[in-house]
Amino acid sequence: MLELINVSKRVGHQQHIQDINLQLQPGSLNVLLGATLSGKTTLMRLMAGLETPSAGEIRFNGANVRGIPVQKRDVAMVYQQFINYPSLSVFENIASPLRVAGLDKATIHHRVHKAAELLRLTDYLHRLPADLSGGQQQRTALARALVKQAKLVLLDEPLANLDYKLREELRRELPVIFARTGAILVYASTEPSEALLLGGNTATLHEGRLTQFGPAIEVFQRPVDVHTARIFSDPPLNTVAVHKHGNELVCADFVMRLAADAAHLPDAAYTLAVRPWHVRIDSETGLPDVALINAHVEVTEITGSESYVHVRLGGQGPDVPRWVALVQGVRDLPADSSLTLAVSAAQIYLFDAEGKRCLAPAGDTGDSGLGNSD
Amino acid sequence: MIRRAWIPVLYIVFLMLPLYWLLMMSFKTNQEILSTFSLWPREFTLQNYITILSDSSWYSGYINSMIYVVMNTVISLSVALPAAYAFSRYRFLGDKHLFFWLLTNRMAPPAVFVLPFFQLYSAFGLIDTHIAVALAHCLFNVPLAVWILEGFMSSVPREIDETAYIDGYSFPRFFTKIFTPLIAPGIGVAAFFCFMFSWVELLIARTLTVTDAKPISAIMTRTVSASGLDWGVLAAAGMLTVIPGALVIYFVRNHIAKGFALGRV
Repeated sequence: MLELINVSKRVGHQQHIQDINLQLQPGSLNVLLGATLSGKTTLMRLMAGLETPSAGEIRFNGANVRGIPVQKRDVAMVYQQFINYPSLSVFENIASPLRVAGLDKATIHHRVHKAAELLRLTDYLHRLPADLSGGQQQRTALARALVKQAKLVLLDEPLANLDYKLREELRRELPVIFARTGAILVYASTEPSEALLLGGNTATLHEGRLTQFGPAIEVFQRPVDVHTARIFSDPPLNTVAVHKHGNELVCADFVMRLAADAAHLPDAAYTLAVRPWHVRIDSETGLPDVALINAHVEVTEITGSESYVHVRLGGQGPDVPRWVALVQGVRDLPADSSLTLAVSAAQIYLFDAEGKRCLAPAGDTGDSGLGNSD
Repeated sequence: MIRRAWIPVLYIVFLMLPLYWLLMMSFKTNQEILSTFSLWPREFTLQNYITILSDSSWYSGYINSMIYVVMNTVISLSVALPAAYAFSRYRFLGDKHLFFWLLTNRMAPPAVFVLPFFQLYSAFGLIDTHIAVALAHCLFNVPLAVWILEGFMSSVPREIDETAYIDGYSFPRFFTKIFTPLIAPGIGVAAFFCFMFSWVELLIARTLTVTDAKPISAIMTRTVSASGLDWGVLAAAGMLTVIPGALVIYFVRNHIAKGFALGRV
């Protein structure tokens, strides 16, 4: 088990990681989800031992690992860039951790070929990394991480630089391949869809802080605060500042009647958030407590099966909220045309002034979009 | 097309002319050199070369030069490799200033250092030894080698180092087995520049040596004898001095081209 206890990392005046507490179980898949510069890579480097925490403790199976050099730790790591040893053949690249460990020839041969087979590299073992395609190079790096049979495997956005098809394929296979080794698998990603597709646990990072850790779907459906909800939403979460008066939410652009279960919330300022696929652009929703919102189209992106309608609420100006509505099919709306958005009170999140969640949709099944959003 | 080709042809002719003249002179007798103006030797002779290769006061000059040049190249590289690695991989107090200061050493003409070197090396009894010249040339070659190697090293992603450590490589093993092959062109280029500077440099080499370690370039300046200047032998010595440099360039020419493209040369 890998335990992080109040781990912080400062570099100069910059706080890269702040007070992170985390427990990762053997055989588990853990996705670190966060925007770029949120501290994912630093956290992984701390886990690997490439950097030492400024404060706090990292324990592996109960023992503090501070001061143990990387070479002595049982870890494997794969970077976003395709990192291999350019002067060594693919075989030697994969075999390298085993050679250093001083294993005998037969064992090395057996293990390398097994890993190469799993990652479909058998035909390329004699080549140099530079002669491979990007996907094959990254598979070589993954094979090297696999063959070591490390207790802790760190994958830092390993699929980010691959093309779409290959990414989908490897994303399906990776958890299965590494799960067999019983290692703690840590996977950094910027894509919410990846966290959900991979499954396992998700830890969301915001500006060096851990905002939530739990099973992916739970974190997705019931984010503890507005940062987590934002990180775990692609296309971006739609938000607007509202004020609660009695059983109504009021803002400049609309008034929304609240459902009964929100009546206990005190009258105060809140942030209303709604997933892009819960914003309708036709008023026939069949849902209760629908608020109608006037908006203007800024641009429409059409993927074929879906259309992303970018709109601004209310009038002109830089400060008006900008929302995205994700709708089925091709909806080619001209720019600057006005339309009416419909949002049901049954599908909104409310976050209080500190960003804590006060209300979540009862059955947010994430029933649209995410799977195809990359 | 044909008209344009004149320019490079002319350029090459002018470039090669002195070298051609030197080569022809080395095959002439002194009498021919002084008496007539000829494009090629009337009386072809190898006597000048025989003189140099059979007289130890001549050929020992080549051996001495070779010894301290190789010593200097080895010392410069073995010092510059770790230094360049540190500059490329670590941030430390004043690293950028130190890096620049190293380079400024090359901005001073070698003559500036002749006097202090002479007295220091005399004090330690190092005058007229190969190591004295080799060490003195390090003042110019180490900064250059550090600068060239740092460029090459910085083009190798840091993640390769880390991946090697994660794989379990110790630093020395990583450096020799993984890192050195990656910067081999850089090492070749740095070695070439060290070699050339040390081979060509005359002032310091001459000042720090007397007889036992006297370099060929210094010996060449002393061919004035009772019978006047020995032109033919001097020309032959000059040709023999060009050969090692030409050989080195031939072997590292691909690396140099790569070096110009990749790192900083």
